[in-house]
Parts: sequence; structure tokens; C-alpha cells
Amino acid sequence: MATITTSDVRLHTLPPAIGRAGLRGALASEFTKLRSVRSTYWALGALLIVSIGVGALVMGGESGSLTHNIANRAGFDGTQVSLIPFFEIGQLIIGVLGALTITSEYSTGMIRTSLTAMPRRGVVYAAKAIVFTGVTLVFALITSFVAFLVGQAMVASTREGASLFGNVKIPANAIFSGPGGPGSPPKVTLQGIDVISASTVLRAVVGTALFVTLVALIAFGLGAIIRHTAGAIATVIGLMFIIPVIIQTLPQNWRQDIMRFFPDAAGRVISVTVPGGGDPHLWSSWPQMIVTACYAVGLLAIGAYMFRKRDA
Amino acid sequence: MIEVRGLTKRYGAKTAVDSLTFGIEPGKVTGFLGPNGAGKTTTMRCILGLDYADEGTVTVDGKSYPGLAYPMREVGALIDAKAVHGGRSARNHLLCLAQTNSLPKRRVGEVLELVGLTEVAGKRSKGFSLGMSQRLGIAATLLGDPKVLMFDEPVNGLDPEGILWIRNLMRAMAAEGRTVFVSSHLMSEMEHTADHLIVIGRGKLIADCTMREFIAGSSGASVRVRTPSAEEFVRAITAKGATAATDEDGSIEVRGMTTEQLGDLAFSEGIRLHELTTVRASLEEAFMELTASSVEYRADVPGAQQPSTTIGSGV
Repeated sequence: MATITTSDVRLHTLPPAIGRAGLRGALASEFTKLRSVRSTYWALGALLIVSIGVGALVMGGESGSLTHNIANRAGFDGTQVSLIPFFEIGQLIIGVLGALTITSEYSTGMIRTSLTAMPRRGVVYAAKAIVFTGVTLVFALITSFVAFLVGQAMVASTREGASLFGNVKIPANAIFSGPGGPGSPPKVTLQGIDVISASTVLRAVVGTALFVTLVALIAFGLGAIIRHTAGAIATVIGLMFIIPVIIQTLPQNWRQDIMRFFPDAAGRVISVTVPGGGDPHLWSSWPQMIVTACYAVGLLAIGAYMFRKRDA
Repeated sequence: MIEVRGLTKRYGAKTAVDSLTFGIEPGKVTGFLGPNGAGKTTTMRCILGLDYADEGTVTVDGKSYPGLAYPMREVGALIDAKAVHGGRSARNHLLCLAQTNSLPKRRVGEVLELVGLTEVAGKRSKGFSLGMSQRLGIAATLLGDPKVLMFDEPVNGLDPEGILWIRNLMRAMAAEGRTVFVSSHLMSEMEHTADHLIVIGRGKLIADCTMREFIAGSSGASVRVRTPSAEEFVRAITAKGATAATDEDGSIEVRGMTTEQLGDLAFSEGIRLHELTTVRASLEEAFMELTASSVEYRADVPGAQQPSTTIGSGV
């Protein structure tokens, strides 16, 4: 580096200060923070690629099986299937970003610089949460819509899809009418009609994006509470993946009673578009979403309390 | 103007800062001295509201730090140069800080140029040397053109050029009427920069005085006299109640009298003098003397009473 002399540079005088530093500046700052580190791009890129890509692969496979065995057409929920990779894997990817948004401040020590610049911690925390929620919601909606549309394109030839613009009729039941010959599927008669309405599809696509955003906020809140990246991510995985598996091992009547109280259930309900397609032991879409939202709000609130209370 | 009153901070059972009271005056470089672990960084963290004080208050211009309208316009603080997200470029790092206090964006370019980081402004700070990180940290403190500057061990790990640069910067800032509060465990560093000293040890205030008073107040201050009639002069000095010791090279070390008094004495006694010099105790010596009892981690001599308890002092 060249020799530096301070006299070479004149700093311009600052404009007079009016009011006080508040949420507006903090929001701009948090947006700059989010857009200026690579992990944001990695996470959002991975969210898009994995959710849409795996969704397309799954739907490609479904297209084959729908053609090969028409029994699969009965009650086929093309919307949900196309969104499964998004709300099962994508939630984890965005959860990592949610945790990192706050834990990276602690792991790098940046938190001390951030809170020196803006010591009103409630404002910093709120700005961080608002910016992260906004960015996540936008990307979750894009991912959800694209994953749905790509998925529908994959099964277009079977005419067994769903549409955002009109009602689609699919067979309700498949009746086996005789064994199939060697190498060919059993004989099947399709009976009844399920109507998948455009509004239900829209609810599923938008609702799944909201669900994933809520999971991201759960991760954000856990990040603020735990303050360590690995610990926060492990806890998110535990809450969203491990606990549901443990619940599966419980006796059936217990399982049916308690699984609606866990935050992962909403994803499996909100994405359903076929009548009667959901789990009868879970609540319907929005009540189940409220359960997840309660986790998000609760953890965000505990995180906010600890963010303000503890030494940085 | 920073005022610390009765500040106490405990971490579990350990009291890091113990009812500390002092004020920092504007237009001066105030050195904050103490051995490692004395509580300097904790005090600064409490001033900035990063850590919450258990007892006592800290005010900046009469307000608590979190209550300042635009904190960056009041105080520019650098506690840890490595407290940045290494994945963020220098420019974006400064931008996100400037935005919190609604400071104009062009200010970022200006402070980058001031500290000489313009060429690497787009680079991620992960790859910065400690010297570059220090410059980035100092750039951040200057963003808001603050009245108070606070640096914690700013010259740690810097090369001589960097040390000189920071020293000049601090002097220039104080000359502009700003308050400069700088901590160090290196006395030699303070000797060249500070006007005023606050010395702490084990979280307690040891001294709060000007640099001159600090050095004069130590028992090391003495006057060296060389004269052909040493014996006669020593007798005259001791008759005046001061102490005089003859060194190996024949010079006399006098304590308890000033050069003026000694010159007058020699004149009235008709004694020729070849040398009359104030020997200022170095700040280092004065500091060692003051803090001898308050060094937290003492390195015992191996083989003495407690072998194998040598503790390296972390920086």
C-alpha cells in the first residue's frame, strides 16, 4: 500500500442532522447487508434451483406413471406434488439463510460494529426481520409459482394438471376391473370427478410460499436465540424434520392427536388441492398455518427479547 | 464529553470493572492505560452500550449512548478491527453503517480515500491484512464526523508506518477540538500521543491526571548532577533535606529538589556544575510502579515457588 497522508483528503461537511436515526435507515442498512454477501445469493439460488428443478424431475416422473398406469390419475394432486420439493427441501435452504442472517453477525463479530452504529437494538432487530421477511416472501412466491408452472408443463400431455386460471376436472376414483396381462398394468375403470378449482390452486401456491416464509422466520428467531449458525440450523432441522419422524414412531392415536401442534404440518395441508386429499387428523389449511405462524411469532419474540437483553 | 460514574460490570463471579468514575475532556487525547485484563475494553463496551453495566452510569454529552439521536455523528468507536463480516466489501461495509445514521453515500468514498483503501474498496475484507482492517475500522469511525473518537488498542499489530499514521490522525483529530479516547497497554505508545491519562488496574481507577503529572508523580523523577566537588555538594544537598546518591560514573542522583533549587544551591555554595539534568522517569517505569500490584496475569519465573504456571499475556 502506498504511503498515506491524511492531509491529501478533505472530507466534506455533513448536512445538518434532523430528527434521529430510526427504522428507515436501519432498513436500508439491512438490505445492503443482505445483498452484499454471497451467502444470500447461494441460498436464494439454491432455493430456486432445488425447488423448481426437483419439482420438475418429480413431475416428469409422474407424467410417465400417469401415462403408464391410468389408475394413478385418480385423485392426482399435481399442484401438491410439484410443490413438495419446495416446502420440504426449500424450507431448509431458506431456513439456513434465516439463521445466517442473524448468526453471521455474531460469528463474524459484525454485531458489535452494527450495534455501535445503531445502538437501539429493537430497531436493528425489527429492520433485520422486516428486510429478511420481504426478500424471503418475494423469492418464495417466485419459487412457488415457477415450480407449479414448470410442474404443470411436465404433465401437460396427460391433461391431468391443475390451472390457476380455470377449474380442472380429474377422475376421483380408480376401480380395478381385472388383472393386467404380463408387462401391462391391471385393467382400471376411472369413476367420478373431482373438480380442482383455480382458487384452490392459487391458495395452495401462495399458501405454500407463506408456509416456507414462516419456516424461514422460525429459523431467524432461533438464530437470534442461539446465536451460533450450526446450532441454529441443527435446531431448525430438528424441529422441521426430526420431530415429525419421531412423531411417526409414536402409537397411532397419540400421533394423530399431537401432530397438528407442530410447525411442519401446515405445509402438507396448505398445498393440497384435491378434495379430501389432506390428512383427516390435521386441521384445515389456515388453522394449521396459524400453528406454524405461532411458532414463528413466538420464536421471533423470544429472539427479540434476547437480542435486546444480552450483552452483544 | 464522556462521563463514567460508578461503573461496575461483572461477568459471573469476576468483576471486570469496579466502580470506575472518570470524565473525558474534549480537545485532548486521553490515554486509557492498564495491563491486559484490567477492564479497558469492558469499560469501552459499556460506554457504547454493547455490554450492560451492573451499576453506575455512562453518558455522552449528558445522554446515554443508545439515546443519542445520531450515534455515529457523536461517537466514532473502533473496538475490534476484525469485527466485520469478511464476505462484505469494504465499500458495502461502510455503506451499511452509513445508512443506519442516514449519512450521505458519498461520505463512504471520502473516508475510504482518507484511509487509503480506495483501491481495495470493492474487495471482500476477508483478505485484508490487520493494518488494512484497522484502516477500514478507522474509516467507519470517521463516517459521521464525530465529536468523540474512541479506539481500543488501535496500534496492535501495526507496522511502524501504520502506527505513525494512527498517532498523527489522533493528534490531528484532537487538534480539531475532538475528544479522543484511546486505550493501550503499551506505555511507550501513550508517551507520544496522550495529553491526559486514565490508568486502571483490575477494574479500578489507579490514576486520572495529565501525562506530566503522571510522570512527575512517580518516585522515579530525579535530577542528575555532575560536579568536580561531589562530596561537598552531596553534603549541602542532604543538609537541605533532599537525598543524593553517587553513581558509579561519579554523577549524583538527587531526589527531592528541582533543577532550579539545585542550581541556586550550587551558586550560593560556590560549586561548579558540569551537568544539571532532570531525569524523567519513563512512562513505562511510572506505569509499572503504579500497576505492580494490579497485574492480573503474572508470569512466574519457572523453577521458583510455582513451577509451570507461566501464563502468556494474550494481546
